[in-house]
Amino acid sequence: MKNLILNLENVKAYYMIANKFVKAVDGVSLEIRDEILGIVGESGSGKSTLTNVMLMSIKRPLTFVDGNVKLFSNGDVIELSSMSREELQKKIWGREISIIPQSAMNALMPTKRIKSYILDVMRSHFDKIEDEEIIKKAIDRFEEIGISGEYINRYPFELSGGMKQRAVIAVATLLNPRVLIADEPTSALDVATQKMVLATIKELKDKGIVKSIVFITHDIATVRQIAERIVVMYAGKIVEEGNMDEVILDPLHPYTKGLLYSVVTPEPEVRKRGIINIPGTPPDLTDPPPCCRFYPRCPSRMEICEKEEPELININQRKVACFLYEKR
Amino acid sequence: MPLLEVKNLNKIYELGFIRKKYIHAVKNISFSMEQGEIVSLVGESGSGKTTTAKMILGLVKPTSGEIIIDGTKLEEYFKNIDTLRELRRKVHAIFQDPFASYNPFYPIDRVLHQAIKLIGFDPASSEARELMEEALRNVGLDPKMILGKYPHQLSGGEKQRIMVARCWLLMPKLIIADEPVSMIDASTRGGVIKLFEKLRKVQNTSIIFITHDMGLAYYISDRILIMHLGEIVEEGTPDDIISNPKHNYTKRLIASIPTLYKKWEDLEKVKV
Repeated sequence: MKNLILNLENVKAYYMIANKFVKAVDGVSLEIRDEILGIVGESGSGKSTLTNVMLMSIKRPLTFVDGNVKLFSNGDVIELSSMSREELQKKIWGREISIIPQSAMNALMPTKRIKSYILDVMRSHFDKIEDEEIIKKAIDRFEEIGISGEYINRYPFELSGGMKQRAVIAVATLLNPRVLIADEPTSALDVATQKMVLATIKELKDKGIVKSIVFITHDIATVRQIAERIVVMYAGKIVEEGNMDEVILDPLHPYTKGLLYSVVTPEPEVRKRGIINIPGTPPDLTDPPPCCRFYPRCPSRMEICEKEEPELININQRKVACFLYEKR
Repeated sequence: MPLLEVKNLNKIYELGFIRKKYIHAVKNISFSMEQGEIVSLVGESGSGKTTTAKMILGLVKPTSGEIIIDGTKLEEYFKNIDTLRELRRKVHAIFQDPFASYNPFYPIDRVLHQAIKLIGFDPASSEARELMEEALRNVGLDPKMILGKYPHQLSGGEKQRIMVARCWLLMPKLIIADEPVSMIDASTRGGVIKLFEKLRKVQNTSIIFITHDMGLAYYISDRILIMHLGEIVEEGTPDDIISNPKHNYTKRLIASIPTLYKKWEDLEKVKV
């Protein structure tokens, strides 16, 4: 078994909006090991909220309701969920866990050189910095992931989308964090650049710059190319988890199956298997169904699904939350 | 006789007033399609695929070249109102943005009424009502939930389905669908794609699918035309195109589309 790096235990994180809770992450337990892990789901399934929980970056209206988040670092166990924001900012973010937020590359200020971003990041982590030394290190990192070092003197508008995204990746991994969380890093790119960015992300892991990568996306076909394990989320919960190849070839949960079968890629298998669509829309998370959350849309629902909530159970290295697989 | 013939079609856009700039949007393309065939035009933005569609619909005048629909030249259809009506019955368009296809001030019944008028019925008559309800049921919608509603009360998928429902009234020979599913959610997309398959099966409609999504084109078409910088650079059956692409552009495109069932073997070798 690979080393455990980050562990979430029964985490509940809700958004409090007008005295109502939006249960965006509701009872999620997840082990992140020395691996590339893909998290997929529709918009609104709680994937991005889950990234905030992994970082313990909890800002109102998001409220951490229950559970704990532990980081395993060189034999020590650090409980992130009991640390203050200041402590996290100083010791954890960027050094242990780093994130490339959704559309980060579009958040670059066009009038600031890439270099000044790098210095800003470093200043927020260290009281005293040697500019020249940092620039030298940054140039090395840029070259390591295949971008010419001279790009740090450029302005963001001079870079193409793929270049910008890779510059963002380089900045996020300057301090060699143990975990890198990438939220939809390839979604706004065209297919050719997308492949380049995927290769860059994989290289981070292969070269040992980061230990584990959490890749969040709605596009299963892209994450399939680099992740070893996949987690499928639906309405704030994990519905299926397992080895990537196994899940793709034999999805257990009806939702996973629906999600996979709605993907159309240019492959003979797709024509053979056909496409299915999932009727209906995801549930309102302020008042999710008390039973299985997929019940109203599920093609293979049974009587029990309406009454009880299925637990995430183990089936030969896989995990699935569905009564079809629970022996009673 | 082919249903649609496009011969040496060109479109050059003229920009500017004094210092003129010319954009050769469509360069000398020719193709034809038979009744009942589904052909996809695949290309990136700016490859000229939408311009081609607009010329076939008669919305943009070609700079040179010929378009023959059902044995008659396109310009002939523009002679008088009756022939124009005939063209609009024969060729139906479905566009990318379902929100832009509706006038927000009218209930959605209006787009169906327009179709009803084209086939010579009075929209207020009971036959018309029956036809409309049947058309809606054919696209998987409940007429009671749809008729009388305004566009903002319906989802993008439902609106796109109503556009397809018009095809059940008009029974066009040719449908030109310009990115019909790119603005609707992945989970509802499958349902709309199936509607096109059903139309072809029941009415033997020819469909031109215009898309940048190679996966979709592969799934639905009998033939794929790849457009690049205004030219058709490759043509073939879906299996031919993906397993044995010939043009460099197609090769690059196919190699960079992520696949679900096969893992890329060359990811390590990608030049970063």
